[in-house]
Formats: sequence, C-alpha cells, structure tokens
Amino acid sequence: MSTLSHIVHTVAQQAGEAAETTGLNADEAKAVAGAGGAGMAYGLAAIGPGIGIGYLVGQAVQAMARQPESAGQVQTTMFLGIAFTEALALIGFVVFILLKFV
Amino acid sequence: MSAGTDADNALLVALEGPAPAMEIALDLVKRSGWALPVVLFGCAAFWGLDGALSGAYALGIVVVNFLLAAWLLQVTGRISFAAMAGAALFGYVLRLGLIFLAVMLVRDASWVSLVPLGLTLIATHLGLLFWELRYVSGSFAYPGLKPKGRATPSTPSIESAA
Repeated sequence: MSTLSHIVHTVAQQAGEAAETTGLNADEAKAVAGAGGAGMAYGLAAIGPGIGIGYLVGQAVQAMARQPESAGQVQTTMFLGIAFTEALALIGFVVFILLKFV
Repeated sequence: MSAGTDADNALLVALEGPAPAMEIALDLVKRSGWALPVVLFGCAAFWGLDGALSGAYALGIVVVNFLLAAWLLQVTGRISFAAMAGAALFGYVLRLGLIFLAVMLVRDASWVSLVPLGLTLIATHLGLLFWELRYVSGSFAYPGLKPKGRATPSTPSIESAA
C-alpha cells in the first residue's frame, strides 16, 4: 500500500514538474496525467486476459492432442473460455474510454 | 527423444469433423437477434436515439467479434493445433485492436454516446455468453444429459435413435 502511494506521489510530483517546465496549466496537466493513467490501466487490463487465454489454449491443445476423440467438447469449452476471459479485457477497454473521453 | 517427436507430431495434427466454435458463434448471432430489441429499447429509454444507435453499434461489434474469433479457430484448426493456438493468442490481440479501432473511429460522430456504447459492449458480450452457456452446459454430456424431446418423424427422440 505504501509502495502504491509512493508511486502515485512520484507520478503527481513528476506531472507537476512537467507542467512547470512545459508551461501547462493545471487542467491541461491533469488531462495529460489522466490520459497516461487511462492508457496504462488499459494496458494492464489486457495483460491478465492474455496470460489467461495463453494458459487456457495451451491446456486445451494438450487435451485435444491426448484425446482427439473429445476434441469437439474441448473446443467448445475453449471457445467459451476465451470469450469469457476476453470480457475482462473488454471491461478494461470500456473503463478506459469512459475515463478518457467522458 | 521419441517423446519430443511425438509431442511435435501431436501439435501438427489438424482437427477434423464439425467446428463447434463456429456453431456456437452462429448460435450467438441468432440470440443477438433476440437481444437487439431489448438493447434498442433499453438504451433509448435512458439515452434517447443516440443511445439506441450506439447500443446497436456495440451489439454489432460484439457479434462480429464472436464470428471472427470462431472463424479464426475454425480455419486454423484445419491446419494444426499449433496454428490454432497461435490464432487464439494473436487473434485476441487482433480483435482487441479492431474493437479499439471500431470505437475510436466513431467516437466523435454525432450519433455516438460513449456510455451506452461501452455498457452495451460489456452487457451483451457477457449476457450472450451466459445465455449460450446455459444451452451448452445442458447438452454438453450428450446424450446423457441432453433434454429429451418428443419423438416426431423429423426429429426422433434419443431413445428411439438408440
């Protein structure tokens, strides 16, 4: 928790310094920091589902290679699993556009 | 040494027979037809005409996303398991990029309202999946748990088929 607050404090300090150097006013500096934060949040939100889909597909391919007769069932489960995992990334994307543009 | 060779060969095996992913995706498209009026009325009630149009656009994005995912898995599954795994991973990145592009291209349009668009994107994606999951889980252990229908000349029941 203290690490997180330290990061937030550092980012805010750097944003303030950048605003002073570039001559941005407070609103512009806030917008720049918001855009950076939203982009970083979207990127982080896409990492988790990426790992999840990689693991899911790896296990599914292994199962299909071991038991080709059950490939249909495995593929059904895999497709639904991919779609559910992808919903996490979609939520991240929607939060990004709502933070950035609304 | 032979184990490694076997594993390599297993990855090069291609899928044969029907493609369940595409069947599920087409089923989801059919269900999205039922969901469309709900989305239109719901979004119109809260955000007006712009909301309804944005909701319909979001539903379109969700449907195209499902179809594209299933098509990629179907096509690459016919090549090999390894190609299918690659398509699933890179397809994820590709489809996220396409969704990003589809939203960014219209975000400044006069008929777009981003809140209903975003909410519909999530709600319809998850809603359609849960709806489909109910059907899939009911018929997954075919023929053991598949609902038993009445025997008709065109669709014989499971017992008579067995």
